Formats: sequence, structure tokens, C-alpha cells
Amino acid sequence: MLVHSKGARRAVWILFFVLFLPVFALPLLVIVAASFATSWSGALPSGPTLAHYQDIAHGDAGQALLTSVLTALAASAGALTVGTWAALAAERLGRRARRLVDGLFLLPVAVPSVVVGLSLLVAFSQPPFLLNGTPQIVIIAHTVLVTAFAYQSVTAALTRLDPAYEQSAAGLGARPGYVLWRVKLPLLLPSLTAAAGLCFALSMGELSATMMIYPPDWMPLPVQIFATTDRGSLFAGAALAVTLMAATLIVLLGVSRIRTKAAYR
Amino acid sequence: MPRTDTAVRADRVDAAGVADTAARTVPDPDPGPPAPTKRRPAGRSKAGWVLPPVAALGLVFLYPLALVVWQSFTPEDGGHSTAPYAAVLAEASFRDALANTVLIAVGATAGALALGLVLALVIAFVPFPGGRALSRFIDIFLAFPSFLITLALLFLYGTAGMANGLWTDVTGAASGPLDFLRTPWGVLLAEITYFTPFVMRPLLAAFSQVETGQLEAAAALGARPWRIIRKVILPEALPSLAAGGALVLVLCLNEFGIVLFTGAKNVVTLPMLVYTKAILDGDYTGACVVAVVNIALSVALYALYRTVVARTAPRSGSRTGGVRRRAGA
Repeated sequence: MLVHSKGARRAVWILFFVLFLPVFALPLLVIVAASFATSWSGALPSGPTLAHYQDIAHGDAGQALLTSVLTALAASAGALTVGTWAALAAERLGRRARRLVDGLFLLPVAVPSVVVGLSLLVAFSQPPFLLNGTPQIVIIAHTVLVTAFAYQSVTAALTRLDPAYEQSAAGLGARPGYVLWRVKLPLLLPSLTAAAGLCFALSMGELSATMMIYPPDWMPLPVQIFATTDRGSLFAGAALAVTLMAATLIVLLGVSRIRTKAAYR
Repeated sequence: MPRTDTAVRADRVDAAGVADTAARTVPDPDPGPPAPTKRRPAGRSKAGWVLPPVAALGLVFLYPLALVVWQSFTPEDGGHSTAPYAAVLAEASFRDALANTVLIAVGATAGALALGLVLALVIAFVPFPGGRALSRFIDIFLAFPSFLITLALLFLYGTAGMANGLWTDVTGAASGPLDFLRTPWGVLLAEITYFTPFVMRPLLAAFSQVETGQLEAAAALGARPWRIIRKVILPEALPSLAAGGALVLVLCLNEFGIVLFTGAKNVVTLPMLVYTKAILDGDYTGACVVAVVNIALSVALYALYRTVVARTAPRSGSRTGGVRRRAGA
């Protein structure tokens, strides 16, 4: 509607795809292509193979994928609980207190993830909390990093929520706990599942804080990808990256399905 | 004033929040109508509900951060002083890292703003079939970790990659001309690629609020597209552009995965320096000093960003969505 002549419009679209394709589409495609290749010396990769994926099925990578999924599940569950609780409680606060809680829960977004890792390393390597070298410290780090997103999406959903439902339930004599459980949480369900998907995806890809604190027996997939590419096995690394993307996508798609289901309930 | 209850309460959640504060903080010598006496204990118990999550956050986030600050003032040889700061600030590697971090972050932000603005303008105002699918694709793109981009760039522009392979195929030369990935330019390209969607999301939200009628009227009055963009669209989108830019600046200052995967010895940023000092050198005090500098820089900028968002939010009505995603890596 901004450009009316047909030729000019076509020119704009061509410019768009010249910018868009190499920047967004190509990176994902080359990783997929490379994961099936053994070398890349020409314009296209060569030596098609499935060996990288077979290695994943047999080697440490499967363990790394499982580690990542477990970490992401635990972290999203924790983040969702804490984030939802905080958002629900903050909604009731006065403006100033609310702004303070907002600031506190969004702070992890501003603090570099590497520093979050460092701080956990410093804090939990000394009494009273000795967690250094355990899987728990990785899960805690991921939870800290994704809680901000859970908090924020629930807060945003709460401001969109029509207070009339809650009020009429309360007006009909429902106790606050009942209103929360039977009215508010069901209304929030779509946002909660979307937030869960987001938290899971972010936790699956977390590298910065994890690099600081992972113990040798709890090595998530991104760290494994780094270790693999760092020793020069770029193509095996690409296969791992595809695995990571696929696992993330499956969960996101699953969640978006729940979301549409919930929206029609 | 706050006790014109139902009307105020039904209004909006925010408004209700204000009414609550007023009811609780204004000292009220004369109880007046029964509402406040009833509400006061409820208000206190409601405030109590926020304590458990805040305590949890304090234990796993604020307490560790405080320890980092504490450790940064604790030299290896005991006591507490600012000596670690003097030592780290005197290091050339620290100053290089600081300069690198700021330069790369500013460059990447400028690049992401420019690219994001162009792409969002086309998606919003020169619509084409599949444009919606594209913006959904960008959403998915945001769910992936940043280091994948560096990995992809290795296959695209690396010494043995698509672009150089194309060159050697066509010209028959032994090696391609592109070899910039292990320089700051490689990091810059990766960051622009990864962070452009963070600019596009709030921009697309803002563009969707521009009235088509205004554009049509401007066009009917003979304004050229460029002029319409400058005079009608940009003023509307400026807050979102500022918010997106500030967010990307913070995220670039904190970016670690891209720099780590680049693997270049001469591209060291502050987060990279924190990692090197703590994990590779075992110098925790030094790492904490760098961390404190990095936190100060990022948190100050993030506060600025929140102010911009807070100022734009009432006007655009939606929380611009820009913050929603921060990829962990």
C-alpha cells in the first residue's frame, strides 16, 4: 500500500529477499546441509553421509541431549512456578512495590549470563551451600536465566485479563484460592503454556552460564556442540546443532498446539 | 478518593493497583466507611504472598551477585581494598576488551536497527503473500541459540565454505578471498544477523498501529513513499525503534556464545574476559572485577531501556514485546 507502481513494488521485494535470505534463511539451511556432509570445499557440501547422526545415536551426544532436555524441563518448571507466583502476587501490590518486584525479576535479563554463571560458582563453592560440581547448579542457573521471561509473559497476560470474571466469581462467594484455581489459572493457561515453551527453548540453547559451571558428568548439548566444533569436527557439530534445533522445535510446536486447544476451551 | 471503589476497581488492573496503594499508604485517622478496615489485613497478607518468590530469587541470584561484588574487593593476599580494580584497570587486555565490547555492541546495534527497519517496513507496508509466515519464521529464529549463527557463518564464509568454495570453483584459485570470521567483523556480522529480529518484533507491533488512512491520505496528497516513511511512519515508530535499539545494545554487550564460537584470540569482549579469567586462569577476583564493570554497564543501559518502554507503553497500549525474548546463550 505504500508503493503503488508494480515495478517499484517488485524492486522492493527483490531487495527484501536479497537482504532476508542470506541473513536468516541461509544460516539454518547451511547447518542442515553440513550435517549430512563430510567436506565443504566447493560451492556445495560434498560426501553425503549419515555417519554424524549415527554417532549421535551411539555416542555421548545422546547423553548430552538427554541432559539438556532434563535440565530444560526442570528449569522451565521451576521458572514457571516462581514466575507465575511472583506475577500473581505482584499484581496485588501497590505501584511502587510492584515496580520494585518487576525490576528484581527482570534484572537477570540485564546481567550477562556469564556473570550469572560466575556468581553461582562463587556463591555455591563455599559454605553454607556446596553445590559446585552437581547437576543442580546447572539447573539453578538455567532457572535464574529463564524466570524473567516466565514472569514477564504472565505479567503481560494478567494485564490483558478481564477482571470481571474474577470479580463475579468473588462476588458469588468463591474464596480467593478457589478463584485462583478455577478462574484465573485456566484463563492464564494459554500464556502459561506459551511461556513454558519459551523457557524450554531458551534453556535448551543456554551456553554462556553453562560454560562456567557444568560438571563433567552433566554436559548439556550446547556445551557438547562447542567441544565438538572446537576440536575441528565442524560437520559433527552441525549434526548436533540440527538435533538441538529439532528438539527445540518439536517442543515449541507441541506447545503451540496446546495453546490453540486451550484457546478454544 | 480511592474509595469510590467499584468503578475504580473495575476499570483496569493498573488502576486497581493504584487504588490499593492509596488505601494502604495514606494514613487514615478516621476509618470512615468499613471498606478500608476490611481491606487492610487482606492487603498485608497479599503483600506477604510475594515474599516466597522474592526470597527464592534472592537466594539464587541476588546473594550470589552480592558475593561477586564482595569478592571483587577482596585481593588474593587478604583484606579488602580496591587494589583488584587498580590491577585489572591497568591491564591492557582489559582496556582492549572494554573497547572491543563497546565498539562491537554499538556497531551491531546500528546494523540491526538499519536492517530491521528496512525489513519491517517491507513486511508491514509492502505486503506480499507469505509475509505472515515470514514473521512467524522470525519468531522461531529467536528461539534458537546465538552460537548457531557463528557455526552457520563458518559454513557460509569460512575458509572452506560456500562463498569461498564458489569463488574457487569459478576462478580456479587455490583459496577464496573471504577470511574475516576470526576478526571483529565476523562477530559483528553474526551479532547483526542474530539481533535484527529483536528490533523487528517491536517495530512490526508499532507499524500495525499506524493507520492506513493516514498513509492513503498522504499518498493522495502527492507525498512520495520516502516522505511518507519519514513524516508519518517513523515518528510513530520512533519509541519502538529506541526501545529495540536499547535492548539490542544490552544483549550485544552481554553476548558470549557468538564470541566463544568465533574462537579468535584477538576478539576478546568483557563476558569472554570473565570466562577466560575465571575458568582458564582461575583468577576469580579478577573475573569478579570485570564482571562488576560489565554488570554496571549493562544494567545502566537496561534501566534506560525500561524507561523508554515505560514511556511508550501507555501510548501504544501493548507491552512492545521486545523484552519478551532473551535467548539464553
